[in-house]
Amino acid sequence: MFQAKTKNLKNFSTSAERFEGANLLCPGCAHSIIVREVLNATNDHLILGASTGCLEVCTAVYPHTSWDASWIHIGFENGSSAVAGAEAMYKVLKNKGRLKQPDRTPKFVAFGGDGATYDIGFQWISGCFERGHDMMYVCLDNEVYANTGGQRSSSTPIGASASTTPSGRISYGEKQNKKDMMAIMAAHGAPYVAQVAPNQWRDMVAKIQKGFATEGPVFINAMSACTTEWKFSPEDTIAISDLATDSLVFPLYEIIDGTKLNITYRPKNVIPVRDYLGAQGRFKHLFTKQYEYLINEWQARVDAKWELLQRREEACL
Amino acid sequence: MLQNGWDTFEIGTILRPFEGSISDASAILPEDRLYSQSNSFSVSVADWRIEKPLFNKDLCIDCQFCWIYCPDMSIISRDKKMVAVDYDHCKGCGICVQVCPTTPKALLMFPEQKDEEEALLEWPKKEKKEKEN
Repeated sequence: MFQAKTKNLKNFSTSAERFEGANLLCPGCAHSIIVREVLNATNDHLILGASTGCLEVCTAVYPHTSWDASWIHIGFENGSSAVAGAEAMYKVLKNKGRLKQPDRTPKFVAFGGDGATYDIGFQWISGCFERGHDMMYVCLDNEVYANTGGQRSSSTPIGASASTTPSGRISYGEKQNKKDMMAIMAAHGAPYVAQVAPNQWRDMVAKIQKGFATEGPVFINAMSACTTEWKFSPEDTIAISDLATDSLVFPLYEIIDGTKLNITYRPKNVIPVRDYLGAQGRFKHLFTKQYEYLINEWQARVDAKWELLQRREEACL
Repeated sequence: MLQNGWDTFEIGTILRPFEGSISDASAILPEDRLYSQSNSFSVSVADWRIEKPLFNKDLCIDCQFCWIYCPDMSIISRDKKMVAVDYDHCKGCGICVQVCPTTPKALLMFPEQKDEEEALLEWPKKEKKEKEN
């Protein structure tokens, strides 16, 4: 049952949703596409947690909840340790034989935005991965603090205009490059670390199921196109995600046991980074004479990163 | 519960998504669930929409792209077939129309006030046959 359910999209569409509508996420938000794909990937019981962020604020507006599974929110930084604590308790009760239904295999999942993952909650996630809890951490990476009005985070890429790094006559926006969270989490020696995008649903669901089947901490970095802060119209969420994965700005790969790297998606036609940048309002200022050199630097960086990933994959064969 | 304000609850009140006991929602389809009033399913965001997606059953090939990419669980699919759009929870983002692969599309955006039968009559027709002649 576990495998057959996602053999194709028609089979997958028979799954019963455990995330409800009328949450207050923006129209066209990729967050709920990702959450649906994660929750539908398993039939097991779920114990979920969320760090403060768009997802938490919009799905648990008192007196309503959008989650049809046990769900907890504590603080901005400790979404991961709350779920890790629940997992540790479950393990202890199981060992003592005090569970009423010991044959259940619940899955522990923590959701966090990129602010909660890359900046504020980083120390807590690092702790969870060092202790080796059997849980999954899903980072919904929209490259900005979207919930509080679009401040830059350490996930915001160079040249993006955010509300604390606005572009203008003097500045081209964000000056620092995006933190390589995948490499950092792989360096913890985590058994499974993967990067996913909601438009590649088959790849994403396969990775989530692989993560659920893995014992130990799993890190998933999910690209979540933000229609409000990336400044594109809501119906283009999937098109923008396609551009990101096909231009290799957001390559899809996995790292097993901290060493073995697999590239899981190779676009048939690699498109230039310029197309990806041009589709979003936050990079609009790059298409002026003054800042055009940044686009070439972008392209060079993406090419270098892709080359590095391919070399690393070859080294593992 | 909806009549109560947020301050009429006691501290530590647990909001239950379902009436009675549904321990595992993954085995029960939404129409068979007993939603409680604290589940967001019982509210509507229909007033967010300016345009609504309308569904033309004759053109649909049941590829389910709209189902997987809908951010608001508003595409109702049963038995591997696309059935309808849930207008209580659809926010009118238009992703379903963008990802629809058929020509002409089986889903199209129309103004919120548009009558469905009227829209179906206005639906673009297949042009392929005319070109072959």
